[in-house]
Amino acid sequence: MIEFRSVTKQFPDGTVAVDDFSLIIPSHKTTVLVGSSGSGKTTILRMINRMIDPTHGSILIDDRDVAGLNPVALRRSIGYVMQNSGLLPHRTVAQNIATVPRLRGVRRASARSQALELMQTVGLDAELADRYPSQLSGGQQQRVGVARGLAVDPNILLMDEPFGAVDPLVRAELQHELLRLQGELGKTVVFVTHDVDEALLLGDQIVIFRRGGVVAQKGTPAEILASPADEFVASFVGADRGKRALHVEHTRGGDIVVDSDGNAAGVLADENAAS
Amino acid sequence: MSWFIANLGLIWQLTLDHIALSVPPIVLGFALSLPIGWLANRRRLARGGILSVGGILYAIPSLPLFVLMPALIGTKILDPVNVVIALTIYALALMVRTSADALASVDRDVLQSSTAVGYSAWQRFWAVELPLAGGPLLAGLRVVSVSTVSLVSVGAVVGVNSLGYLFLDGFNRYFPEEILVGIIGSVIIALVFDGILVLIGRLLMPWTARTTPRWSRGRAVSALAHGA
Repeated sequence: MIEFRSVTKQFPDGTVAVDDFSLIIPSHKTTVLVGSSGSGKTTILRMINRMIDPTHGSILIDDRDVAGLNPVALRRSIGYVMQNSGLLPHRTVAQNIATVPRLRGVRRASARSQALELMQTVGLDAELADRYPSQLSGGQQQRVGVARGLAVDPNILLMDEPFGAVDPLVRAELQHELLRLQGELGKTVVFVTHDVDEALLLGDQIVIFRRGGVVAQKGTPAEILASPADEFVASFVGADRGKRALHVEHTRGGDIVVDSDGNAAGVLADENAAS
Repeated sequence: MSWFIANLGLIWQLTLDHIALSVPPIVLGFALSLPIGWLANRRRLARGGILSVGGILYAIPSLPLFVLMPALIGTKILDPVNVVIALTIYALALMVRTSADALASVDRDVLQSSTAVGYSAWQRFWAVELPLAGGPLLAGLRVVSVSTVSLVSVGAVVGVNSLGYLFLDGFNRYFPEEILVGIIGSVIIALVFDGILVLIGRLLMPWTARTTPRWSRGRAVSALAHGA
C-alpha cells in the first residue's frame, strides 16, 4: 500500500505542482492518475521513488516513510516504465532488461537468462535479445521497457505515460497485454496518463486531476462514469457527449444502443443469456 | 633518397621521440577535460567562465610557452616535460569545450530513466553519460590528436627532439629532402593515431555501427546455405 499524506510540492520557481494531496493506493491493484499536462500527476508518481522530494507531507510505502529510505536502493526495488521507453541506446535489449538485476549484483549469466524469460513474458521474440533499441519498433521498445520494469520482480510498478508515444493500434495491443500481465502478476501499479479511455480501461481506481495537482474526483471507472462529481469531470470523461452518452432505441429488430451522434454502438444483451 | 636511407636510424629514433611526446598530452588533456567539462555543465556561470579560459589558453603562442615553462614550474630548459605540459594545456583547452558539449548532448530522457531505475550519480556517469557522449568526444579527440602531433614539432626549437628537428636542421642547411622527411613522418604519425582512435571508438561503441548485427548476417548466410 502506498499512502500520500497531505503532500505538497512547490518547485524552486514558485510553481505549486501538487497541493495538499492525500491518497491511498491499494496493493495489487492498478491506480491510474489522469489529467491534462501541468496537473501534477507525473510529479506525484516521481515522489513515490524519490525522483522528486515533497515540500510538505509524507509518502509511505507499507507504512514506511520513503523520506527515510536510501533513494538509490528504493528505486532499484520499484519498477519504472516511462514514455519513449527510456531504454539505454548503447545496450542491447537483453542488457537493458538486465540493468537493474546487474546493478543489484546478479551475475551476468543468470541476469541474461532471466532477461530472456522476461522477454517471453512480455511477448517479445528471443531473436531480438541482441538487438539495440534503435533497431526495434516503438511497440517493441515499450515491451522492453515493461520487461525492464519487471526485472527485479518489484511489488510496485510505476508507469509514466508508457504508451503515449505509440500509434493507436499498438497502444491498444499493449494495453491489453498489460491487463493480461496484471491479471497474472497482481502488482501495485501506479499509471499516469492523459488519455481517459486508457484510464477507464486499465484502472481499478482512477484519480482525475485539475491543474495544480488538485483532485477533481477519485473512484472506480463505474463510479466516475455513473456519477461525475462536477461539470469538469463530466466533460473530461466525455459522459455528456459522443460515444459515452448512450441511449436505447427500440427498433423492430430489437433494442439497440445509440450514441449521441445517432450512431449504433451495440445491442442490449439479455443479462441471463450473456452469463 | 640516399640521405633518407643513410639516416634511417636517426629518423626512427626521432619518430619514437615524437610519439613519446605526443601521447601523454593527448591522454592527459582528454582525461582532465572530462571532470572539468562535467563541472562546466553543472552551473551556467561556471560554464561560460571555464570555456572562455579554455579559448584564451589556446591563443597563447606555443613557442613562448615552451620557453616560459621552466620559469613557471621550475624544470630545466631542455626537459621534455616542458613540452609535454605545455601541449597538455593546449589539448585541454581544445578538449574542454568538446567534453562539456558532448556530455550535455546526452538525451535527458535516458538520464532520467537511468536515475529512475536506480543508477547512482557515479554509476550513471560511467555507464550512461560517458559512453553516450562517446561519439562527439571521439570527434574532439581526433582534432586534439592531430593538433598535438603537429605542435610537438615546435619543441625542436627549444631543443626537445622530435621529427621537428628535421625541419629545423633541414631549413638551416637548405636541404629540402630532410624537411620533406620530417613533414611526411609527422603526417604518418597523425594518420596512424587517427586510425587507432577510430578503431578504439568502434571497439568501445559497437552500438554506433548502424548495420545489421554480425550474428544475424551470419545466420542469414547459413540459412541460405542450408536452404540450397
